[in-house]
Amino acid sequence: MKQFEFDSTNAICGLTFIALGGFFVYQCLNLELGTAFRMGPGYFPLVLASILTVLGVVVLVQATRVKGEPMGPLALRGMLFILPAPVFFGLTVRGLGFVPSLFFTALIAAFASSRMTPLMALLLAIAITVFSVAVFSYALGLPFERFGPWTRL
Amino acid sequence: MDLISNLALGFSTAASPENLFFCLIGVLLGTLIGVLPGIGATATIAMLLPITFQLEPVSSLIMLAGIYYGAQYGGSTTAILINMPGESSSAVTAIDGYQMARKGRAGAALSIAALGSFFAGTVSTFLVAVFAIPLTAVALEFGAAEYFSLMVVGLVSSIALAHGSIVKALAMVALGLLLGLVGTDIYTGTPRFTLGIREYADGLNFVAVAVGVFGIAEILRNLEGEKTRTVLMAKVSGLWPTKDDFKRMVGPVLRGTAIGSALGILPGGGAILAAFASYTVEKRVSDHPEEFGHGAIAGVAGPESANNAGAQTSFIPLLTLGIPANPVMALMVGAMIIQGIVPGPNVATEQPTLFWGIIASMWIGNLMLVVLNLPLIGLWVKLLTVPYYVLFPIIMAFCSIGVYSVNSNVFDLYAVAMFGLGGYLLVKLRCEPAPLLLGFVLGPLLEENLRRAMILSRGDPTTFFTRPISAVLLAIALAVLLVVFLPSVKAKREQVFQEED
Repeated sequence: MKQFEFDSTNAICGLTFIALGGFFVYQCLNLELGTAFRMGPGYFPLVLASILTVLGVVVLVQATRVKGEPMGPLALRGMLFILPAPVFFGLTVRGLGFVPSLFFTALIAAFASSRMTPLMALLLAIAITVFSVAVFSYALGLPFERFGPWTRL
Repeated sequence: MDLISNLALGFSTAASPENLFFCLIGVLLGTLIGVLPGIGATATIAMLLPITFQLEPVSSLIMLAGIYYGAQYGGSTTAILINMPGESSSAVTAIDGYQMARKGRAGAALSIAALGSFFAGTVSTFLVAVFAIPLTAVALEFGAAEYFSLMVVGLVSSIALAHGSIVKALAMVALGLLLGLVGTDIYTGTPRFTLGIREYADGLNFVAVAVGVFGIAEILRNLEGEKTRTVLMAKVSGLWPTKDDFKRMVGPVLRGTAIGSALGILPGGGAILAAFASYTVEKRVSDHPEEFGHGAIAGVAGPESANNAGAQTSFIPLLTLGIPANPVMALMVGAMIIQGIVPGPNVATEQPTLFWGIIASMWIGNLMLVVLNLPLIGLWVKLLTVPYYVLFPIIMAFCSIGVYSVNSNVFDLYAVAMFGLGGYLLVKLRCEPAPLLLGFVLGPLLEENLRRAMILSRGDPTTFFTRPISAVLLAIALAVLLVVFLPSVKAKREQVFQEED
């Protein structure tokens, strides 16, 4: 009896599909299904979500058959700094205003690389802010408030 | 002649100083980002998409089209100079182009690629102009059932061309379609999958999804193993090909153009397939097949012409039917919808200046690429040495501004982060994001046409098989699906994608 092996990447992938499919199926249950003649809002999504779930099961079953390469390392530092950058921009662009909000967004994103030095990050963020304000705010005339209510004491 | 007066209208639109300017900017930006390794045409357009929304519809689409072939051109440059294809359709170019560069013929290889592309671009632009109107007439005969079937063909073909597992690609399409349905149901007004967040009632923002899944996910992947990029830069000299080179590139260029134009029209196909097909053909018809892989001129000229021709003719299904043939065209659909244009057969009649302006601008854009880029190659080469850690904060800042400027909706920015994370994890799980994006764009259209077709047929699903055009389209979709599942094709397909990696 050989040892039970499975491809961990595909196993996670299959489970992810099943979870997503299950989530959409669950959401569909609250929607009116209708008939094939007059489909309600839930009909087509329910079909799709069921297909997704079934495909997830197929991927999961396949994972037990073949062994694939491992997933490799995750860019943890990258995720830690890259993903919050747009969120920070979203949270502060109205309050702080375009200029400070963009400066900090660029600064946060800059630290995603382990090669970045603090001084370099600061200079880069300043350069990006100056350039963007000139191009987007002045030249293209986007209706952003440059300094928002939070900066006025 | 209608064609000539139409083209004249197109050129007068595209040649206005303003549109020429935006075409130039598009081509330059496209090349600039296309040259930077690790960011392909789709990611480039996704990231630059928001910048164009402040412009007039014509200018914005001209600029986007410019970014598209600029990026493609930039991709070939890196393929030849550092053996790193900026995008998958120039992967074939890297095989022989890089060998030419190592032999000190980088300049000639770059010129051959540029001239071949330009020739192919000219021919295929003309083809787009010739075929657009008759195809539009056919498209006007299309009912809901035909549209549904056509979109199924597009989705199935995108699966066939995705890397890796077909089952996963199918799942990605299903997930993409589901994400496309988020928002208010058009028939009943019921909110769906919005998790009670009112800001998502109009659906997830297309730009946010595209930037997240393609742009951010790509940045994260590049941050994974931060290695110093070793730029084994070949010296670029002797830009102009010799007489002998010219003689040897004529055949491949002509054949490549023909192959590319034909394959580009197929939904889901396009540039990648065309480049591979052309390389295979050239290798077969060549008198010196042993040269391939060691710097054969035909191995650069053929695929480069083919991928450019394919890139150009893939506008045909978009402009006539409103159906995107590949992820880039899906982005163009998104851009058109945001500009308030409903892509489809009516664009040609209702917005002739837009329609012909875009077609004419393709040729102008190609001309600009040849005229500008050959002298600028030195600059692009320098760009390759810019360290990545300087680039991505810039990209992140522009993405944030861009996405926010579309609707001034901060929830779109949260969606970017969410889809960036999701897209990255899916890539880690070896799932291709392209079918997801195509599904996302087509989701609402697919559902709408399905429901309409069912109502028209009084709930009889055989309507899809009894209407002739629809039946043929579904048969094509089925054939494609069967073919990719055939064991022999499956093995071949894996081999092709292996080579590409």
